[in-house]
Amino acid sequence: MIKIHNIHKSFGENEVLKGISINIQPGEVVCIIGPSGSGKSTILRCINGLESYDKGNILVDGHKVDRNENDIHWIRTHVSMVFQRFNLFPHRTVLENVTEGPIYVKKEAHPTAVDHARQLLNQVGLAHKETSYPPQLSGGQQQRVAIARALAMKPRAILFDEPTSALDPELVGDVLTVMRQLADAGMTMVVVTHEMGFAKEVADRVVFMDKGVVVEDGPARQVIEAPQQERTKEFLKRVSSPL
Amino acid sequence: MMQDIQEFTPILLQGAWITIQITLAALLLSTFLGLGWALLRTSGVTVFMLSAKVFVNAIRGVPILVILFYVYFVLPDISIQLSAFQAGTIGLGIAYSAYMSEVFRAGIEAVDGGQVEAAQSLGMRKWLIMRRVILPQAFKVSLPPYGNNLIMLLKDSSQTSAITVAELAMQSKLIASSTFKNLSVYSMSAVGYLLLSIPLIILVGHLERKFGKLK
Repeated sequence: MIKIHNIHKSFGENEVLKGISINIQPGEVVCIIGPSGSGKSTILRCINGLESYDKGNILVDGHKVDRNENDIHWIRTHVSMVFQRFNLFPHRTVLENVTEGPIYVKKEAHPTAVDHARQLLNQVGLAHKETSYPPQLSGGQQQRVAIARALAMKPRAILFDEPTSALDPELVGDVLTVMRQLADAGMTMVVVTHEMGFAKEVADRVVFMDKGVVVEDGPARQVIEAPQQERTKEFLKRVSSPL
Repeated sequence: MMQDIQEFTPILLQGAWITIQITLAALLLSTFLGLGWALLRTSGVTVFMLSAKVFVNAIRGVPILVILFYVYFVLPDISIQLSAFQAGTIGLGIAYSAYMSEVFRAGIEAVDGGQVEAAQSLGMRKWLIMRRVILPQAFKVSLPPYGNNLIMLLKDSSQTSAITVAELAMQSKLIASSTFKNLSVYSMSAVGYLLLSIPLIILVGHLERKFGKLK
């Protein structure tokens, strides 16, 4: 449902994406791993038009991601995103954060949106926090609200941009658990992550990127446990034993 | 002295009432215009950004007194007749719109870029993002400096006396020049401005504690 074909992108002189192609099937969970600066977040952000690209094309359910406002709008209302730093709206309650998109973008009726939001907050284990404001929550709780906010749009896919990288280690598990439940429920997910355990256990496929190219793309267990490429092996070794 | 106070208070109160009215009217106008300039300035459209920038800087570079003279004495030449109060309101409003726009612009720019991205990723369009995400947060950041501007506006409203607005400073000057009781009159005038601004100063202090930082 997401077709990324030969994407190139430069920031000034620096070419950060050098012909990336990745296909993502409906219901598939794809983890993108790689060292920092490999372009993995950039390619994720290209999918919903937060980042532009110079060459190639990206199709989401047949809608081309480019400068056309209406296509971008369609994609953003059908593909949600979860950010590393949560980016919840600090001036709105947890419940309002979750209903914001449905009410103001999808024009859902207020009671319908609220009912659905409560259901989602319950699903991520935060039903009791609906009247809190984001700054009153822990990072892990904020990220689960952000996931509920993403789900409230009833998306066909969710993009996760290093969703656990800003969390204290003991809070990572709660967020990953919620993400695993989504994966089990059949949600299409593209996850940029450093959580190798999650990639191995939950992902269907793992894509390893380095220096703006896809180095290896294959079944999760195979890429993590028996990588074919030297660069992948080296990266995984450094991640698993940093010392 | 006590007799002076009794005698002059009613007249000065009339002046103070005009001061309050012109301050509020100019506040309304400057807030409205200032927000407009700030929105143009942050719109991302080059021609809007540039014209707002030029306008705001031009206004900031001209003394309020000259702006007041301009509105009151020059506009009639092109057949726009204004009362002193109207001219004062417009002059002060335009002058302060430049300061207000800087306050709002700083507030808008203080909102984290991640907020815009989150809103975009929900499919919100530009104006909706401004209205629902950026402005509510920007206002909080802007409130304390906005309050400070209000205090300055209150004091600068005395400049409208130069175009015959019968506000507090004007009334003081009239009484002083007819009675020669300069000490009593101008002391009362000063106390009058203090009494008007102290509540505002307290309010701003309160706002700074509450909204000074973006939470």
